[in-house]
Amino acid sequence: MKNQNFDINVHYVTRVEGHGNIFVNVKEGRIEKCEWAIPEAPRFFEAMVVGRNFKELHHVTSRICGICSIGHTLASLKATEAALGVKISEQDLKLRKLALHGENMQSHILHLGFLVLPDLLGVGSVIPLASSNPAEVKTVLRLHRLANEMSNLICGRTTHPQRLIPGGFSKIPSMKELKTLRKRLKDSIPDLQAVAGLIKTLAPKLPDFTRETEFIGLTSPDEYALYDGILGSTDTGTAPVNDYLTYTNEYIVPISTAKRAKHARDSFMVGALARFNLNYDKLSPLAKKTAETFNLKPVCHNPFMNNIAQLVEVVHSVEDSIKLINELEASGLKSQSIYNNPDIKPKAGRGVGAVEVPRGILYHDYTYNDKGTCTKANCVIPTNQNHANIELDMKALLPQILDKTEKEIELNLEMLVRAYDPCISCSTHYVKVYFI
Amino acid sequence: MKPKVAFFDFAGCEGDQLQIANLEEDILTLLGQVEVVSFREVMKEHSDNYDIAFIEGSCTRLQDEDRLKQIRKNAKIVVAIGSCATIGGINSLRNYKEIDDVKKAVYGENARLFDTYTARPIDAVIPVDAYVHGCPMTKEEFLSVVKSLLMGKKPEIPNYPVCVECKKNENVCAFERGQYCVGTVTRAGCNSCCVNEGTICWGCRGLIDNPNENSEKEVLMKYGLSIDDAINKFKLYFGWQERRK
Repeated sequence: MKNQNFDINVHYVTRVEGHGNIFVNVKEGRIEKCEWAIPEAPRFFEAMVVGRNFKELHHVTSRICGICSIGHTLASLKATEAALGVKISEQDLKLRKLALHGENMQSHILHLGFLVLPDLLGVGSVIPLASSNPAEVKTVLRLHRLANEMSNLICGRTTHPQRLIPGGFSKIPSMKELKTLRKRLKDSIPDLQAVAGLIKTLAPKLPDFTRETEFIGLTSPDEYALYDGILGSTDTGTAPVNDYLTYTNEYIVPISTAKRAKHARDSFMVGALARFNLNYDKLSPLAKKTAETFNLKPVCHNPFMNNIAQLVEVVHSVEDSIKLINELEASGLKSQSIYNNPDIKPKAGRGVGAVEVPRGILYHDYTYNDKGTCTKANCVIPTNQNHANIELDMKALLPQILDKTEKEIELNLEMLVRAYDPCISCSTHYVKVYFI
Repeated sequence: MKPKVAFFDFAGCEGDQLQIANLEEDILTLLGQVEVVSFREVMKEHSDNYDIAFIEGSCTRLQDEDRLKQIRKNAKIVVAIGSCATIGGINSLRNYKEIDDVKKAVYGENARLFDTYTARPIDAVIPVDAYVHGCPMTKEEFLSVVKSLLMGKKPEIPNYPVCVECKKNENVCAFERGQYCVGTVTRAGCNSCCVNEGTICWGCRGLIDNPNENSEKEVLMKYGLSIDDAINKFKLYFGWQERRK
């Protein structure tokens, strides 16, 4: 392979949203081009919400992503509540944290079990695994179902949740339901250990690759920051969330409908590994133990270990959810009126909401006029923050694997992209590598 | 022989395809009945030889029309899944704005790099045989439509408003508690799920076939909305359906 010539097919690929394209061009073993492009159909949410009332923004922006719609809803509500000066109760805060845990668990399990596992087992999808590894597939499905049922219980449904509204919740679960959930979470630990054990046996298949980069995410002195916190960077320390624009610096490249971002270096990484690197000390005991099993320590610069960081976070979410339900029980769950609709007086202002969603830090930033009508919106999506880092990783990885076969190179580059869990369609096996 | 099925997505959030993953153990049952030959979210393999195509998302670019036409040619049955595909969905909210302004708002001076047009449902480009409405579609309705198709029947879709289901569920009417709702003109089939969860009907399943929109707008105004605000309630999901008239 060393002196092989690869010709690339650089064109704006006329494909549907969700495709990520890898363009590679190698001449006599020399890399001429190595690009990561997103030809998704743009959807213009920031323009669509202008003119809409503050009570509708979370409903509209939830539709940015079907996979992390709970995270988008929460970031949206936080931005609206910050702009209008609304404070939510301690109880609602805990319930929102449970909502986020449910979604992070669901998304991580989906990624690890359905999207990454087939790579590690050398098949094209989870479908053949249903007959070759039925026990493992059923374990993954059980965990996925539990995470979804948790989201249903807290949010009304898992995709595009209804109960999360400005000022709190339209409806909340009963303590009895929360206790049942707690028991099920406790009972799921053997399943989690089974998945961890399986991934442990397959982990040697994750490439040993390191490229130093910056990691950005929420951080907090009180907890493993997901719902709340301040901005943290492994390069530059901390900053208030309102300074987020100096952390994202979005820019546009012609090959991609998705924006890119940079901060202290040419690129940075967000997501489970970034959170792990920034907030390791705050992980729950079993989550730390899981990390140790994989010899995962902060600061880890191997992007493939994002998969393992996701597994660690699932364990943390289970343990922290149990803790949150204990706290809700101890303080006594206060009932609220049915069809709860908090009375919020509109006022002019701007608010930023930042939340850690499965793929990393997500920002919503809204400006409202005195009638509560949105006049300006900005949403910075985790995947966009990762695009530049993905491309630089590819450029660093490619020279190290040029002696492999074309098929292996393709698989390694695909696995790299997938490790970032960029969005469900990109991260599956439909990443196209163009070389001729 | 098991029918071959394929999944495709256009401009959307992929939340409808996620409902298939959310079938959990029922996926295994479904896989006993059909052979999945293309499903970008979960598999590497792809084939153009399929009987049923499920399509998520709206068509928002001229360049996507060719691909839709190809899918129509390949498939015996085309099913639109989720609001973006069935009625244009939340994407059609942008149809009320000048497209150049929308592009500039998001991409600034580089807007010319990005090609887009009026957001539209799949049946605005190719004939569609069956619909699974909702944002997102429910897995129950998806399974019921699939079952009908596998048995060679036409899937039953309600043509009465969400109000009917909402009353059966004994909800307190949104208007009576000081909120606004478009359940009076929105196609049922969701079991009034959003109202059951304490909120309102937003209209995600689209208008029923013969809605009395004027009457709905009168109701909205009777309960205190200005005419502009009343019309605004229709823009969230009915953007394409309203324009087509």
